[in-house]
Amino acid sequence: MLLFLTRRLASGVVLIFAAATLTFLLMSLSGGNPARNILGEGATEAQVAAKAAELGLDRPVWERYGDWLAGALHGDFGRSWFTGEPVMTTIATRLPVSLSLVSVAILVTAVLAIVLGMAAAVRRGWIDRFVQIFAVIGFALPNFWVALVLVTVFAVTLRLLPATGYTPIATDPGKWAVGLVLPVIALAIGTIASTAQQVRGATIDILERDFVRTLRARGVRPSSLLFRHVLRNAAGPALTVLSLQFIGLLSGAIVIEKVFALPGLGSMAVTATTQGDLPQILAIVVVMVLLVVVVNLIIDILAGWLNPKARVA
Amino acid sequence: MTTMIVAAGVKPRRGGPLRRMLRDPMAVVSITVFLLIVLLCVAAPLLTSWDPTRAELAAVLAPPSAEHWLGADSAGRDIFSRLLYGGRTSLLGALVTLLVALGIGIPTGLIAGYYQRWFDSIGSWSANLLMSMPSLIVLLAVISVVGPQMYLVMAVFGVLLSPGVFRLTRSGVIAVRKELFIDAAKVSGVNDARIIGRHVLGVVQAPLVIQASMMAGLAVVIQAGLDFLGVGDSTTPSWGQMLNEAFQNIYAAPMMLIWPGVMIGLTVGALSLFGAALRDAVQDAQPARTRRGDGGVTLPPQVEAAPGAVRPDLGEALLTVAGLKIGYAAAGGGTTVVVDGVDLRIRRGEVHGVVGESGSGKTQTALAILGLLPRGGEVRSGTIGFDGADLATLGRAARGALLGGRIGYIPQEPMSNLDPTFTVGFQLVEPIRRHLGLSRAAARTRALELLDRVGIVDPRRTFGAYPHEISGGMAQRVLIAGAVSCDPELLIADEPTTALDVSVQAEVLDLLRSLQQERAMGVMLVTHNFGVVADLCDRVTVMQHGRVVEHGSVEEIFESPAHPYTRMLLDSTLEDAPPRGPLVTPEVRS
Amino acid sequence: MSESLLRVDDVVVDFPGKRWFAKPFRALKGVSIDIAAGETLGLVGESGSGKTTLGRAVLGLAPVAAGSVRFDGEDITHAGARRRRELSRDIQVVFQDPYSSLNPSMTIGAILAEPLTAAGVARSTARDRIRELLDQVGLPGDAIDRLPRHFSGGQRQRVAIARALALHPKLIVCDEPVSALDLSTQARVLDLLIDIQERSGVAYLFVSHDLSVVRHISHRVAVMLHGEIVEYGDGAQVTSDPAHPYTRRLLMAAPVPDPGRQAVRRQERAAFLATEVTGE
Repeated sequence: MLLFLTRRLASGVVLIFAAATLTFLLMSLSGGNPARNILGEGATEAQVAAKAAELGLDRPVWERYGDWLAGALHGDFGRSWFTGEPVMTTIATRLPVSLSLVSVAILVTAVLAIVLGMAAAVRRGWIDRFVQIFAVIGFALPNFWVALVLVTVFAVTLRLLPATGYTPIATDPGKWAVGLVLPVIALAIGTIASTAQQVRGATIDILERDFVRTLRARGVRPSSLLFRHVLRNAAGPALTVLSLQFIGLLSGAIVIEKVFALPGLGSMAVTATTQGDLPQILAIVVVMVLLVVVVNLIIDILAGWLNPKARVA
Repeated sequence: MTTMIVAAGVKPRRGGPLRRMLRDPMAVVSITVFLLIVLLCVAAPLLTSWDPTRAELAAVLAPPSAEHWLGADSAGRDIFSRLLYGGRTSLLGALVTLLVALGIGIPTGLIAGYYQRWFDSIGSWSANLLMSMPSLIVLLAVISVVGPQMYLVMAVFGVLLSPGVFRLTRSGVIAVRKELFIDAAKVSGVNDARIIGRHVLGVVQAPLVIQASMMAGLAVVIQAGLDFLGVGDSTTPSWGQMLNEAFQNIYAAPMMLIWPGVMIGLTVGALSLFGAALRDAVQDAQPARTRRGDGGVTLPPQVEAAPGAVRPDLGEALLTVAGLKIGYAAAGGGTTVVVDGVDLRIRRGEVHGVVGESGSGKTQTALAILGLLPRGGEVRSGTIGFDGADLATLGRAARGALLGGRIGYIPQEPMSNLDPTFTVGFQLVEPIRRHLGLSRAAARTRALELLDRVGIVDPRRTFGAYPHEISGGMAQRVLIAGAVSCDPELLIADEPTTALDVSVQAEVLDLLRSLQQERAMGVMLVTHNFGVVADLCDRVTVMQHGRVVEHGSVEEIFESPAHPYTRMLLDSTLEDAPPRGPLVTPEVRS
Repeated sequence: MSESLLRVDDVVVDFPGKRWFAKPFRALKGVSIDIAAGETLGLVGESGSGKTTLGRAVLGLAPVAAGSVRFDGEDITHAGARRRRELSRDIQVVFQDPYSSLNPSMTIGAILAEPLTAAGVARSTARDRIRELLDQVGLPGDAIDRLPRHFSGGQRQRVAIARALALHPKLIVCDEPVSALDLSTQARVLDLLIDIQERSGVAYLFVSHDLSVVRHISHRVAVMLHGEIVEYGDGAQVTSDPAHPYTRRLLMAAPVPDPGRQAVRRQERAAFLATEVTGE
């Protein structure tokens, strides 16, 4: 188990490094002149050259990469080309917003998807039909469209919930929760639908295994059969799906943050993209991949704890 | 030479999954909807005379009218026209993504899966890397560098989706590679390219089409998402841009949300329903091997008990099965009867063999007694009497109290019948505590004693082991320990030694015999092996095509079989056949 | 026998361990056999004995680390891909599982055409040969257009045999060809194999875990245990009056379909095991 975790951790570190390097090179090697972009069309050649020198763009790529990497290892991702603020400061204020949104969404997904998926597999009938139809609809409707409809209905028309804004949990947990209701629903509805569908499939598969019949033949109670044996066996595939869904949620959050005007990493990324603010984009990529690695590690530990066979692999 | 007759009632060539799918209304509707959307977008210039980018100040936020069918947006542009032209952007973008994802994923997946080695390691590692990147942020990074070049961005999205294709192709190929027909093709002199093209691609093509329909849907959504965020190309109309428009005017004209949303929903929904329909069609094409095919509703009539084959059987019955009929709901709405009118009587302390070939209904009968028929199967008529109760109509709770307590069950496959996620000990203790009401410690002691009794050398170690840590022979001993753990009066053993090697089989047979004698259990022993019957059984019931053809004491059956089927089976055993002897003429006679 | 059709000398097969640092697993530890033209050599053993691996080594499907496989005087131990494809005319195979050895999506006709077209036989000639093959294995001619799933296990195994016969091979490796079949089907398929051998003079390397099946079809028998041959000789003698204690144990472990004689065998086995324990 320890060896397995060490290997996973090592591959996570390599992954972050590779993602960072790839992004850096991609951004540095492509054409275009960032200094010109920043200053606008009206700037003179001399001004542009001065700006480029100020940003260090006149130095060779590998040198810039070395500096950047050395900084990144200390948590210093440089300064924004536009505001001049340290990138890490901006990220520190924005990360909690995105993290609130995504972690609540993944928790809601895990709970609801497992309940719905298992209920559909065991009971069949109407709940099964519901899960199946829900899966198609959840996949077909883009989450930002759902978000727009939710805003129109609950915030604009009914005025039940706030359309925009974020309150830190430390300031007022109640307001924090109320503010997250609509964004989380919009973000998670698709993931719940598809995860529930997959949990349903895994549960049906396990219910048809030989050992379930043998356990029944030994008189094991249906509740124990379902919540001990079937749940534990279904956990492996379900966790794998959840780890992929988490990555999807990080993407989804970018759009959802725009709809609800949440000051998270997503809206920061959109602004940075339109401005071509490379240091910010780079930092966001690294932070997001780091989040993915951490979540995958947690999921690996959970899977190994639940399924002894996974520890060997 | 015997002429074989192909099972009657089977229509030759029902067509591949793609053709069969066209009979599914859901598939037809989804394909039609999707093609209609494509057609609308392609034929946009014929359907509307409005230029999608022409702004008309007079028409700003105009409601639907004869002129503007769906109204106009905040810049006074015709919504209907923008809807059609916008679809082109989405669909073309999705096409680019799809081509790139398939173009990268399929060849790499094929090579990695077929040849494995270093290419597979690198490929799988890169796939994991790409899959760990949140796609939208990568696309934003790309846009920040290259600007809003939509097709390039969608191509990058294709790269990000290619690991899915890679993995699917690779795992499909690896699964197929292990199939013996690949080895057979190799030995037949077929070269690698042909094997990949003919055998491997044929198997992975359906899952790939399913995956492709899902990916196309994702691409449409992502494309709309980018335009919605305002980082796309603002000069060409698109559904995402229209949503962005609507979002900015959400207080003034909320209805503008509807149309692009509906179009995206319809497109993606149609694609995903198409995928689902294809998946169902593929699954239907592979019926379970154990199930009867689409055979007839009734059984061949020629199977009747021979006169004198059913001998009187007196004595106290432990289990009395009378007129048992088991049916499965057939695909066409009818019933497939797999067991028809079976009578069986097992006395206390008697070992009763139930013999037959595959399809004879012997296992179905055993599962019906346990109330554990697979989904779709049920007892249609008849009674199963056990100590005054009718097991066929007994409620769930009452049956649960009997199973594992007074009735034990030994399955065929040792490894697949233990829960891989719990220790052997846990699985033994759980039923003991329920049926005998013992404390955790007492149940543990009893389980350890049982493991020792069934001949496991180090009971403590096995108690704490997970199923994958013990051998098949040990697993079967554990299952036997579990079956007898609560001193059952009736033990149902379904081919308990079939999956074992001969020497392990002999040991397990010895174990079963001694356990049976020590506890005086009634045993129903389902088997196809007459040697096992001769070794253990007191009485025998012979089954064929879901009916009993003969029953009697073991001596009667072996010495004077009355039914021709029994005689044929006994004649087919090779144990007494003469050896072939050495090769006499090495010359070839031709 | 001076001239062997197949001669396997001291063959060693190693499979790489599951992890990088794991020791390779030695499936065959120096095995030698030989088969004459028209002869059946039975290969008996329990699971893990290496009997299937030996068959696969002959077919070029298992990595031979040492030793040699000679066919018709030619060393084919490390034959290249091209030579292997040519060898398919001479060496063929019938596998155990008639479900996975036929591609479910190909018709019987296409399955049987595969070795023929790979060998460059013209389409029309191939069609005639396929009809001939179906007739030879006792399947109806209209089987050509059907898919494997329309056939029972025994019928599928007949298709697999027909495929092996397509190019008139000199040797067929039969890997447990009847162990997945029902009792009555098993006997009929064995008789078919014997019948084909007597007509065409093909040799069989017949791999099985069942001594009685091997006795029925083999001229000579080799018994394998843990990757080695422990007994090798005349079929009747090895399967009825074996010399090696392992073969005797194997023989006595198989129950006889006769209650009286089985009771006797059971006692013999108990006595034998007792002497074996005290004898050591």
